[in-house]
Amino acid sequence: MHDMFRLAEAHRPSCTAVEFPETYRRAYRWMLLARVAEEKIASLFRGGRIIGGVFLGRGQEAISVATGMALRDGDIFAPLIRDQAGRLAFGESLLDFTLTYLGARSGPMRGRDGNVHRGRPKEGLLPMISHLGAMVSVVNGMLMAHRFQKKENTVGAACLGEGATSTGAFHESLNQAAVEKLPLILVITNNQYAYSTPNHRQFACNDLVDKAIGYGVKGHSVDGTDLSACLETIGGAVCAARDGEGPQLIIASNLRLAGHGEHDDAHYISQHFKELQLGRDCLDVAQNHMLAQKWADASMLDIWLRDSQSLVEEAVAHSLREPAPDPAKEDWCALASRHLLEGNPPQPTHLN
Amino acid sequence: MITYLEAIREAQRQALENDPRVYIYGQDVGAFGGAFKATKSLAQSFPGRVLDSPISEDAMVGSAIGAALQGMRPIVEMQFADFSTVGFNQIVNQAATMFWRTGLPCPITVRLPSGGTPGSGPFHSQNLEALYAHYPGLILMTPATVEDAYAMLLEAVAIDDPVIFCEHKYLYYHLKADSLPKEALPAGKARVARAGRDATVVTYSAMVHESLAAADELATEGWEIEVIDLRTIKPLDTDTVLASVARTGRVLAVGEAWPWGGVTAEILARVAAEGFNLLDAPPMRLNSKDTPVPYHPNLWGTHRPTARSIADSLRVLLRS
Repeated sequence: MHDMFRLAEAHRPSCTAVEFPETYRRAYRWMLLARVAEEKIASLFRGGRIIGGVFLGRGQEAISVATGMALRDGDIFAPLIRDQAGRLAFGESLLDFTLTYLGARSGPMRGRDGNVHRGRPKEGLLPMISHLGAMVSVVNGMLMAHRFQKKENTVGAACLGEGATSTGAFHESLNQAAVEKLPLILVITNNQYAYSTPNHRQFACNDLVDKAIGYGVKGHSVDGTDLSACLETIGGAVCAARDGEGPQLIIASNLRLAGHGEHDDAHYISQHFKELQLGRDCLDVAQNHMLAQKWADASMLDIWLRDSQSLVEEAVAHSLREPAPDPAKEDWCALASRHLLEGNPPQPTHLN
Repeated sequence: MITYLEAIREAQRQALENDPRVYIYGQDVGAFGGAFKATKSLAQSFPGRVLDSPISEDAMVGSAIGAALQGMRPIVEMQFADFSTVGFNQIVNQAATMFWRTGLPCPITVRLPSGGTPGSGPFHSQNLEALYAHYPGLILMTPATVEDAYAMLLEAVAIDDPVIFCEHKYLYYHLKADSLPKEALPAGKARVARAGRDATVVTYSAMVHESLAAADELATEGWEIEVIDLRTIKPLDTDTVLASVARTGRVLAVGEAWPWGGVTAEILARVAAEGFNLLDAPPMRLNSKDTPVPYHPNLWGTHRPTARSIADSLRVLLRS
């Protein structure tokens, strides 16, 4: 069932230069699918069909898709709230997105968690908790496990916004990755606002990439509105990490083209930013680039759009038919060790 | 003879020996052997599996969670229980929710050197079991004996859920046993540490020994006091507590931790709700004072319950 909701098998790159235009086209199609899917959920939200919040990655698809595409089987991915494009490129089914947003029992979170708080940790896709920066050390630990288990050539990527760089968890985890020389790719998307807080109330350094030297890791800056640059920068950083060069810190600059969530009208976003290069819509930039390079024409773009729309409509229709969780049938047990639930008989312990 | 601290070290040695998935991570735990020497010589015996961490409790726990998701069985040593609050978020929001949210177990053991010792002061003396027990998804162990320190730590590593292992620093060197146990009560099962018929003391960790000393004192006055060692705070063995109260009709809950919303409050709530008709007198509890833990031994000795204050409480209970 799940496979029909994937555009294609997840891209599995080797550590070589990005192959244009195939990679670029594939990236664009995931960005487009993410945009269409999120717009559909936003419209369902406005229609009162979504319980809880809706958080969009509008304007952030280029950096996100580049991260998801640079990873391969066995790698770890810890996306944040604006990483729908990266999730699809990493191999998450569109159904995981729609089932979770619609609270279906059959989704990966079974109605126990919602919206962007979803994942399949067995498949390397971590379900974020809301506490910013907290997923990075979890990725570190998975990479430490790979080292213990002699699983070679794997990397882990974690995505954060610029606001998360103010947390202790960010500091502890990036320092930890540096000390352990882990193949961590930490992607910071500086979209100028953390909820409503502008950067001058968030940090005082000139450029977030300057933090890299303080941690002893490699730093990269990239225009987050330019898909080519994102593919090349992230691709290069992932290759470097895979080749044993240690943690890579990437700072991508863009503008959040939506509210923090769909409940937020984002009136605080300065007009000044909208007129800058970082205020461009990365999807428009990519589309114009493909047309200019003749990597696609208008009819191809139209077919891709309609393909995305029909995939999304199907996934939503399927998910709307799925039953909601039933409190009477719910397994109200937070423990994997069922015998340790209070009221259950204790089991004997045999010591070696 | 083997001490409580040596039992903890031996349990870790055994866990490393038995299971290649086990590793130890914490501040100074490597070549140095830990602030209390709970990992002494383990780094030499198990190269690459006993790792010094930076002073980063959040990242220590976060990475252990990640490793556990990938099939490892990490043991994290907090240098002092008090410092675990820096890693609190990872424990209660990441580790404790993982199985419920994803169906994937998160088998980590977090060792918390807990409790007061003379001169330790506000930030090296805390008992945080109630704080962690509040959160669903965690197991709370509070061993009071050398045998339990060994057996329960081995069990903690084997359990598929996150275990908060509260080992008491006051017992590290004071408490000795002849040998390590071959078998043990399971987690979730309390132990009758001393049988009696006149009143029940329900307690755990170092307070078991203060309560036993109080029971000795009361015995000279003709009272027979039953002492229950809970062993695990969560799950809490309500059955053993109620069975004891059914025998004695009187209950005193004793904890070294602060009183508000703590383990003793939970015990008495259960006794009142499920065993009200077993009681011949209002239930009582005794905790530390509701202030930070003081530094000076004169103050500390009064701040926490002692054999003397437990005996005084028991006399009130027995006369009511």
